[in-house]
Amino acid sequence: MFKIFKYSFFDLIRSRWTYIYAGFYFLFTLGMLMLSSDLSKVVISSMNVVLILCPLIATMFGVMYYYNSREFTELLLSQPIKRTSIFTGQFLGLATSLSVSLLVGAGIPFLMFGVFGSDQAGNFLVLLFNGVVLSFIFAAISFFIALKNEDKIKGFGLAILVWLLLAVVYDGLLLLGLSWFRDYPLEKASLIASVLNPIDLSRVMLLLKLDISALMSLTGAVYRKFLGSGVGMAISVAVLLIWTIIPTLGIRRVCLRRDF
Amino acid sequence: MKNNILIAALLFAAFPLLSNTLVVCPDCPVNTIAKGIALANPCDTVLVQSGTYYENNIEINKDLTLIGEGMPVVDGKEQGEIFTVENKYFYIEGFRIQNVGRSYVEDRAGIRIRKSTQFTIRNNEFDEAFFAIYLQNSSKGLIEGNHISAHSLEEANSGNAIHAWYCSYLEIANNVVKGNRDGIYLEFVDNSLIHNNLSQDNIRYGLHFMFSDDDSYYDNEFVDNGAGVAVMYSKNIVMQRNVFRDNWGAASYGLLLKDIFDSEIFHNRFNQNTVGIFMETSNRLKIQQNEFSENGWAVKMSGGNQTNILSKNNFLHNTFNLSVHSAGTDNVFSSNYWSDYAGYDLDKDGVGDVPHRPMKLFSYVVSSTPEAMVLLRSLFIDLLNFSEKVSPIFTPENVIDETPLMTPLPVFGKV
Amino acid sequence: MIEITGLHKSFGKNHVLKGVELSLVPPGLIAILGPNGSGKTTLIKSILGMVIPDRGEIEVDGASIKKAWEYRRQISYLPQIARFPENIRVRELIAMVKDLRGETEMDVSLISYFGLQPFLDKKLGNLSGGTRQKVNLVLCFMYDCPIVILDEPTAGLDPVSLVRLKKLIKTKREEGKLILITTHVMDLVEELAEEVVYLLEGNIHFRGTVAELKEKYQGRNVEESIAALLQKDGPFSLGAVASNGHAKVPETLLEN
Repeated sequence: MFKIFKYSFFDLIRSRWTYIYAGFYFLFTLGMLMLSSDLSKVVISSMNVVLILCPLIATMFGVMYYYNSREFTELLLSQPIKRTSIFTGQFLGLATSLSVSLLVGAGIPFLMFGVFGSDQAGNFLVLLFNGVVLSFIFAAISFFIALKNEDKIKGFGLAILVWLLLAVVYDGLLLLGLSWFRDYPLEKASLIASVLNPIDLSRVMLLLKLDISALMSLTGAVYRKFLGSGVGMAISVAVLLIWTIIPTLGIRRVCLRRDF
Repeated sequence: MKNNILIAALLFAAFPLLSNTLVVCPDCPVNTIAKGIALANPCDTVLVQSGTYYENNIEINKDLTLIGEGMPVVDGKEQGEIFTVENKYFYIEGFRIQNVGRSYVEDRAGIRIRKSTQFTIRNNEFDEAFFAIYLQNSSKGLIEGNHISAHSLEEANSGNAIHAWYCSYLEIANNVVKGNRDGIYLEFVDNSLIHNNLSQDNIRYGLHFMFSDDDSYYDNEFVDNGAGVAVMYSKNIVMQRNVFRDNWGAASYGLLLKDIFDSEIFHNRFNQNTVGIFMETSNRLKIQQNEFSENGWAVKMSGGNQTNILSKNNFLHNTFNLSVHSAGTDNVFSSNYWSDYAGYDLDKDGVGDVPHRPMKLFSYVVSSTPEAMVLLRSLFIDLLNFSEKVSPIFTPENVIDETPLMTPLPVFGKV
Repeated sequence: MIEITGLHKSFGKNHVLKGVELSLVPPGLIAILGPNGSGKTTLIKSILGMVIPDRGEIEVDGASIKKAWEYRRQISYLPQIARFPENIRVRELIAMVKDLRGETEMDVSLISYFGLQPFLDKKLGNLSGGTRQKVNLVLCFMYDCPIVILDEPTAGLDPVSLVRLKKLIKTKREEGKLILITTHVMDLVEELAEEVVYLLEGNIHFRGTVAELKEKYQGRNVEESIAALLQKDGPFSLGAVASNGHAKVPETLLEN
């Protein structure tokens, strides 16, 4: 598996798209840091971008990489290598290269501006952690979808649909539900709802870190109590891990049944 | 009339000649402040030299001047009130007053002044003095240059640094008040000036007006309090050039206005407060030339606000610039600078050609469903705000700035 | 050896293999033939574990290949259409396969045998079909495996390489290996194959030596025999036309 991972990773890390992706983060973060001396504000702006881009780009890269590397995959399949190793290795290579793009692109400007000497070091690390986790989750989901669908267009469409559901539609439904039942105490319900969606969970973790919880008054207090506690933090990280593990297991399961 | 003034001036000039100075020190024959006060004649000065005096319940009923030399410490050992003054004239300067002791049943004070008409409390230090300065039924007092600190944790067992009840013509200036319940509390206090104070880390309000009219506060700084300033049930208050910042927390405000009328809020800065100004049932206020930056809400208007004018203010990068619960009838929002204004100015007159709607849809949603705040900065919300901006459906029709400015106004107030 | 029993495979509604039974024992050079879509490639991919059978059992050297992968060490496989990652160089590809599968020194002699030296630093995307096939051959033959599976090995090859390939296959046969070839080139079957397995409609229609094939279908060579087979039993038979009803001979053809 490690060898497959290595080849996928180095194949991707040399790709033009990886440079464009990392370059975008680099220029964006550098630009923000030069415009604003306030690190916490740049962390917030980066958060907005990371929460949208990481899932979206991971989704698109995941599908594209699967379909574009079918030749390579077929070559590997005829070799004495375990199937699960091939696909897990490819997925890990993909997710790692995406994460490296993020870490290098967004990380270097922050380091240049001395983030670790500031009070934003913790927030910055939480931001990167969430970006990496989201990259893994959405790379796994899209890779799984591509693996399930021979048809490129269908696979691409489904993957984007899943992204849309989690990034946009979910929040719309949540908002609808909250305003529908607004006469009931909803702090716990909204907490559970946002913990279940990895994008929302990442956003809330970051918002609380960035002390916007004050704007959320009672809801914020409930969230803060939950995510501030060891158990709550453990649950959040567990949820993110489950979101990564389930599609990864799905990849392993489907790849064993697929014909090539 | 002219003669009266002359006589008064002569009397004042004559005091030093008539009065004696009585020295108190730990090794002197007079080794307690209480003894010194008992021995002093009216109009005398009691000079207390440096040292620590464990005393409390010192009562003063004659015209006296108390001067501390080398910051003598008066320690109440948590046993009770320290100075209780009930006299027309009183002057105290240069003491460190500490450990009055908390109480749930009585409002113990560091210095309590009753029924005085001419008093000065200057350059004293208070630490854990519960109600450090407590003024009742008094007027024409100067509270200046005092440094009052406490380490209060909860409202119920903490006191206010400067507490005034039924007073008038007070001047409260250049004090530093930290870590109390309210920094400065004024109830039924009229015609008073509060200026150049720093009020910080108080658990309730930095400055609190109740039923107080015709007062003015300016050039103060309110930092990291439960709420910066609360003005309630009052009228004709002038608020100028104050800085409200970092009043950040679930129930925090820079300035809380409740049932106040005919007041002016000019040239203040609101920076990084949960809510810059929160107002409820307040009428005829002029809120002009203030700067709101990086607050959660710059201005949040709850119900029953009428005939208020909000104009020529700078709104810079607040999470929400404006939240209006019910539109009200005739509040005016005009000629402000909004940092999120996306219009254009083709005729180059500095005024945007497209009206600005400062209330975002999400702000409206959150005011009716506070839990929806968890969706802050979600992509869905960005899309929602954008669509509402393009074609407004939900946000109140009359919350609109017809003449939004293209560039921020010059910066006012203290830096 | 390869032992296949009751092998079924469908792709959607298309039932490709319908209970194939096949036993292949080394040494031997067996041509797997059949019309388009008869399931040759599916059969081969099933043996390689790339296609997962619906039913049936495949054993290689006495062990089931279900969920196994180590057995592929025993197989050299030449895929039908050489599809490689476009962006890597020939040298890198060979190094990569060696890295994945293990060290070998046979690649050096194979490269010169097929005259690939000038192309080693070219990207695979820029190679002609024939050159790619040569790369494909190098990757296949650089491991000395007891089982060799060749899917259309001659596609796109120039005459010199073709001659060399045949020679190579013969050598491997002499070394005692089990070699499976699918091809549309009947001359190749004539020249190399000892046995023919003919797949038709998802089943083994004929299995026997080349001589037996010619004898049964009265052909002068393999090509004629196969043609005869198809006309008799396959989609071109009168029975098939009749049962299809609408499959009439075009009238223009009749006039001629």
